[in-house]
Amino acid sequence: MDDQVVYKKIGSIAFGLFDPATLKKMSAAKIVTPELYDREGYPVDGGLMDIRMGVIDPGLRCKTCGQKIKECPGHFGYMELARPIMHIKFITLVLSLLRSTCKQCGRILIPQDKIASLTEELKKIEEEGGVEERRKRIVEIVASLKTATKCPHCKSKQMKVTLEKPYTFLEDDKRLSPIEIRSRLEKIPNEELHVMGINGEVARPEWSILTMMSIPPVTMRPSITLESGERSEDDLTHKLGDIVRINQRLFENINAGAPEIIIEDLWDLLQYHITTFFDNEVAQLPPARHRNGQPLKTISERIKSKEGRIRHNLAGKRTNFSARTVISPDPMISINEVGVPEAIAKKLTVPERVTDWNIEYLKEFVKKGPGEYPGSNYIIRPDGKKKKITSETQEACLEELQPGYVVERHLMDGDIAIFNRQPSLHRMSMMCHRVRILPGKTLRLNVAVCAPYNADFDGDEMNLHIPQTEEARAEAEILMLVQTQIISPRYGLAIIGGTQDALSGNYILTKKLNFPRKKAVELASAIGIEDFKRLPKKDTVSGKELFSLLIPLDFSFKGESKDGNPVIIKDGQLIEGHMDDANLGEGAGLFLRHIHKQYGEEFTADLLGKIFKLGIVTLMEYGQSAALSDLDLSLKAQSEINSVLESAYEKVDELISAFHKGTMETFPGKTLRETFEMRALETLNKARNKIANTISDNATKDSHLEVMIKSGAAGKFLHLTQMSACVGQQALHGGRIGQGYKNRTLSAFKKDDIGPEARGFISAGFKTGLKPYEFFFMSMTGRDALMDTALRTPKSGYLYRRLANAMQDLRVEYDETVRDSSGKIIQFKYGEDGIDVSKSENGKLNVKRIVDKVLG
Amino acid sequence: MNTEEIKSKLTKKIIEDVEDCIPKGTSADKIKKIYEDVMKEYELAKVAQGESVGIISAESIGEPGTQMILRTFHLAGVAEMNVTTGLPRLIEILDGRKSIETPMMEIYLKEPYKSGKNIKELAVQIKETRLGELVKEFIIDLAENTVSFTLDEDKLKLIGATPSLIIKAIEKAAKLPVKQNGREISVPVTSKEAGVNEVYKLKELLRHVFVAGVKNITQVLPVKRGEEYVIITAGSNLKAILGMEAVDVHRTTSNDIFELNAVFGIEAARASIINEIYKIIESQGLNVDERHIMLVADMMTVDGMIKGITRYGIIGEKSSVLARASFETPIKHLINAALVGERDPLNSVVENVMINQIVPIGTGQSRIVMKDKENKK
Repeated sequence: MDDQVVYKKIGSIAFGLFDPATLKKMSAAKIVTPELYDREGYPVDGGLMDIRMGVIDPGLRCKTCGQKIKECPGHFGYMELARPIMHIKFITLVLSLLRSTCKQCGRILIPQDKIASLTEELKKIEEEGGVEERRKRIVEIVASLKTATKCPHCKSKQMKVTLEKPYTFLEDDKRLSPIEIRSRLEKIPNEELHVMGINGEVARPEWSILTMMSIPPVTMRPSITLESGERSEDDLTHKLGDIVRINQRLFENINAGAPEIIIEDLWDLLQYHITTFFDNEVAQLPPARHRNGQPLKTISERIKSKEGRIRHNLAGKRTNFSARTVISPDPMISINEVGVPEAIAKKLTVPERVTDWNIEYLKEFVKKGPGEYPGSNYIIRPDGKKKKITSETQEACLEELQPGYVVERHLMDGDIAIFNRQPSLHRMSMMCHRVRILPGKTLRLNVAVCAPYNADFDGDEMNLHIPQTEEARAEAEILMLVQTQIISPRYGLAIIGGTQDALSGNYILTKKLNFPRKKAVELASAIGIEDFKRLPKKDTVSGKELFSLLIPLDFSFKGESKDGNPVIIKDGQLIEGHMDDANLGEGAGLFLRHIHKQYGEEFTADLLGKIFKLGIVTLMEYGQSAALSDLDLSLKAQSEINSVLESAYEKVDELISAFHKGTMETFPGKTLRETFEMRALETLNKARNKIANTISDNATKDSHLEVMIKSGAAGKFLHLTQMSACVGQQALHGGRIGQGYKNRTLSAFKKDDIGPEARGFISAGFKTGLKPYEFFFMSMTGRDALMDTALRTPKSGYLYRRLANAMQDLRVEYDETVRDSSGKIIQFKYGEDGIDVSKSENGKLNVKRIVDKVLG
Repeated sequence: MNTEEIKSKLTKKIIEDVEDCIPKGTSADKIKKIYEDVMKEYELAKVAQGESVGIISAESIGEPGTQMILRTFHLAGVAEMNVTTGLPRLIEILDGRKSIETPMMEIYLKEPYKSGKNIKELAVQIKETRLGELVKEFIIDLAENTVSFTLDEDKLKLIGATPSLIIKAIEKAAKLPVKQNGREISVPVTSKEAGVNEVYKLKELLRHVFVAGVKNITQVLPVKRGEEYVIITAGSNLKAILGMEAVDVHRTTSNDIFELNAVFGIEAARASIINEIYKIIESQGLNVDERHIMLVADMMTVDGMIKGITRYGIIGEKSSVLARASFETPIKHLINAALVGERDPLNSVVENVMINQIVPIGTGQSRIVMKDKENKK
């Protein structure tokens, strides 16, 4: 059983090159023929699909390890090359070695005394730019030495080696064969290699010129059987087939004593095939292609890039026990919960170990089977064998169930799940919820948690993961539960708070509503309050008093509402002011932050749920809608707006005449035209803002729209202005709309018209409606905004990836320092004071509250 | 613990905050109680050991990055000057780019210039002037192979230069004999193959001859900030500006981080990175705690020089081969690792994700030590 399992941990991974001898030793098969299968379709011995290198066909057993498909990890094979071949990835290394070492004695072409003095410099270069820079520098030094034509050690003459890309070396225009190069590299002693930044113990440079080729196991390049029964081989197998074929031909020709020219040609061809086997994207080489013209995916392409092995399969993994569907809102479940449809709950399972104490309980699940909810899908025997529960096996399963077995039962209320929405930009994009099985076919979440997920319900889908071990569940629940994430680590304020209706509801409630006591009790009980003792015993109860029911009795708070008026809570009673975005909202929520600090996260989560429900229940009672009449302006406001517009037009006219006369004072470094444009834009923008102010000053009737704006639930006065009074100047690239036709924006205008309308100022509101050209101007800015988002997303995404990659292994050590993975100290104390932002209040320690508390 | 002992464990800023809040005449006992409570609160607010602060900082800067406006030019403070802000500027800083798009300085002044004395003259003095700005037109004489021009006297007076000064500047820059003929100045082409091209080249060269002011300062703008006058410039040249007598050395800054590093040192560069990033985030109406920015700035400057967050900068210097390979150019990293015979100790995050082991961060950092019953004698 489990206690016999020896857990091993990989301590470190060493990198190095294989020498031909080791390569041969570790291989399971020698490959001699390009054939793959015999007539029966059985893999040929010594062929590329040799079953000593692993099996991919069901039913066959590996000749090396005796295991079946999926069990056998695959084994490498080898192939002897008829002639040495350059490895494309080591070309630059070989070049720098050839250039900086003596062709006779193999030592670096720098006099001994000079090398010692260069060590410091080289070390520094390596630290700054890596090993490659170091090698480059040595080649430069050698080139700069006048003695470079003669070896300072053995005095032999040196010639200039050049690389003819991609892989041909020339020495004074004479071709250097890989054999020659290899013998030169062999001469270089390990100590000299060390200066070049190569560890001769693990990587002799001559090993980079292949005499032996490693053949990857079959399991690494499985073939696919098509529907027609035809076999389709992997790209690598294709390439290897080419290599083996040419290699055999080369062998035969050499043995037959063929003319040199034929051998050279075959050698070159072999070099091409092996090069493209390693990298099919070499700049100067035509890529090897399939018969249909599509380039082969060889080793480099397998590793590289986002879809490559490293980023796609190693750093990112796939998972079982997960679900994904459309999400929809449910204000009546707790923020800690997620609503899961039964259909999903029947597929996702939680393993539970059978013990003496729960065997009867678990038997119930097995009895119900996979079809009925809550049932179970699998049982797992102590030896790890998984058995599916079906109507046939059900009886047997029930029978054999005993302690030590594991039952994979259906997901149930209260189970732990991790909920996620992409893009997962911050840790609040993956939070732990408790499962609640609900009717319907969507995943449900409380509206308050939309903000951290950045979710809405216009068709968004989200993912659900079920942790499968006790450890994972415990960790998820303690560290990732929604209530633990209420305070954002970005700025130390609540990121989960009231939104939309919850805000308008509480705003109206605490600002102006009064209820008969009976109604108040009704509302209170609707949100789950059962104790009405705190509700004042009088006929009419104010909304403030109703809201106060939620506040703990010993809580006192002084703050400001959105409009700057004071909000005072004393001993659990909201005495003055009203609740809105500034105290309940996400990213602000000072009231919430105080509650959280004093009463903890669980209480806050609960309170938040209640406040939310209270807002919604209030709105249901009071009614909340929007009408076209909400956009109507009073006569007074209308005339004020008109005068603002008029004076703005006049001002622009003045600017235009000043521009034409040339009397305008230009800004330094700007032309007259630019100055005019800037001033015109400024004037018109000011006018619109003034109109927005007028509207907000005149918004006193508390229409539905005004409630939404004032409470911070949705929209700003600017938006109301755009609807009811004036859309404003359309700005493109930071200026007014420029010319699309010659000297004018649209053919509807006169040439050289630089007045407000002709350059994109829209004086009408949406209610009045736009003129065609105004509509056109608006679409221009709309398109611009769309483009901006489309261009920004990848840019900021890349920035984020780089940041995350650079900083992912910083952590706080036990001595409070921040260090990276190699132990280098980045900060002596995190943030200079060691305070965790998510435990602070907007980045600070709230000492005022402590002082006030002590002083009473 | 007495009050002083507690104080020594708190940071300066917290103590200041507390002192601001305590009214005069509070008894020593109460003060002690306050400090004790503050200490308790401070202990509670501290970061947990093993907290992956790096990722949190990266998230805190990366996430609002998606909300930032891409628009390159934003009219910050002064409408007349274009300044790069938003995402492009953020990328520019974090890249650790040596030349930035819009270098800028804020020059603070000493008394009496501070209150506006000779502010215009001062500004003109600072601005770099090239010959082209002082000359209405250059006359090319192809017969004589000379370029001649007359200086604009008014402009000359404005910057306080004399014709002889200009002649000297030309001689220095063009290394050619200059002839002065009354108000006309002419420069001949001396090289043997004097043709149209050479004369034209000379004209272009003359146009760009540096005459007066401070190099690299292309625009100057005196503005009033509160009570005092400040000169804002486009282009940056700290060394030269700090040498000027009227300049307040202590407050004058540049937004060129590399220049700050060269003039004031790495700590100034770090502070400047923090300030610049903070400014961007603030101008976008976003809220990111300073600690996150600090960590990024520290990361970029720990080695005593500015390193960008790129594959050539700090990411290329990670100790782990696999971590580097998982970022960019994986094959290059793997091959070099093989040649050097590198050993990846698997002590950071990605490598352990790759091989399905627990990452040594957060709760993965801790181990349980248990006494083995059987091995105990």
